[in-house]
Amino acid sequence: MLIRPFGWNEFWIIVMAAQWTIALSAIAFAGGGVGGLLVALARVADHKVPRLLATGFIRLFQGTPLLMQLFLVFFGMNIFGFAVNPWIAAMIALTLHASAFLGEIWRGCIEAVPPGQREAATALGLRYINRMRYIILPQATRVAVAPTVGFLVQLIKGTSLAAIIGFVELTRQGQIINNATFSPFLVFSTVAAIYFILCWPLSLLAGRMERKFSRATTR
Amino acid sequence: MYNFNFEPVLAGFDKLLVGAALTIQLSVGAMLIGLIVSIFCAWGKTSGPLPLRWLVNAYIEIIRNTPFLVQIFFIFFGLPSLGLRLTPNSAALLALVVNFGAYGTEIIRAGIESIQKGQVEAGTALGLSKLQIFRYIVMKPALRTVYPSLTSQFIYLMLNTSVVSVISADDLAAAGNDLQSATFASFEVYVVITAMYLVMSVAFSTLFAAIQKVAFKYPLSR
Repeated sequence: MLIRPFGWNEFWIIVMAAQWTIALSAIAFAGGGVGGLLVALARVADHKVPRLLATGFIRLFQGTPLLMQLFLVFFGMNIFGFAVNPWIAAMIALTLHASAFLGEIWRGCIEAVPPGQREAATALGLRYINRMRYIILPQATRVAVAPTVGFLVQLIKGTSLAAIIGFVELTRQGQIINNATFSPFLVFSTVAAIYFILCWPLSLLAGRMERKFSRATTR
Repeated sequence: MYNFNFEPVLAGFDKLLVGAALTIQLSVGAMLIGLIVSIFCAWGKTSGPLPLRWLVNAYIEIIRNTPFLVQIFFIFFGLPSLGLRLTPNSAALLALVVNFGAYGTEIIRAGIESIQKGQVEAGTALGLSKLQIFRYIVMKPALRTVYPSLTSQFIYLMLNTSVVSVISADDLAAAGNDLQSATFASFEVYVVITAMYLVMSVAFSTLFAAIQKVAFKYPLSR
């Protein structure tokens, strides 16, 4: 057995792996932002069909574990004739996951806009797209910022599951270093500390914005 | 074209059911113990001595800002070097309790803070003891207020239990991993398991809605 000690070198290898966690989170957040907007708009659409489809999509992703979603995409890629690639599988699964959750969060924000606004816009002759673009979404955005940042924290933590399908990000790198150094206490403390450094400022920011917003809206 | 083959999955379905039973046990057990932890920590955070408040705050922030997977690795691989060796199933339960406790504390704290001061003062005026006030005047309506958040946190906990399969606890996801490595029908196995998780989360939501109707039937006095 070749066991090497846990030194600065190992520490930096783990720290550098955080870039993959950040990259994966950023891609999933950007993709989920686009997908989530579509889901949210479908969820409040005038027609029944997109509403039902969006509801089903949200239920499916909120009612099943993220780990299973990763597995299904990972093994499903093979079936639909794509080469199995943990990086792409993690990206797709997390994007879909984020779309469903952001879609549901943003639906709530859109519905929080007083109905009179929508009615007034309709009365002024604005159709769906202009109504959303100029009246509803700008107002919903203000409500949406805090819970969206809160979800980003959840998403960053969620990327750790990509380690299980073999994508080498922060957690997987920790596992690899742990296998070589066998100092799990140090290794996983380091990994946890890096996640904490990534997530805590965002959590504080989300909490502060929420308080600021609730102060602004309570009468 | 790929031929879907669900036969080996159906042949091993009894194993999946055993796994699902353990998933439910783990989730319900973790929720019940986690609720006790949450109520204690929420009390500590709202009315405990200052050092206890700091401790509870640190606990909540650390757990809520690190992934569950890392927490479970830390408990299962890291704690033995401190002399605490756990079986996969008990490590899984401990990790779930610790995780749920942090989220539960914040939920219950929000409930406690929704109780108006006058209520507690009225309780004191009626000559109720501190414990009676906490139990009947604070906790009972607080739990009612936060019941929806608690139940959705429970569903989240149940879905999260799938992660404990990585330390080879015997839950549903682990049963699925075993079955897929024995049959190589990976996609089919995970389709069935995902469906089983979906059924469980829908069943629990329905159950919780039914409990809410019965348990919180008493009218809100205004």
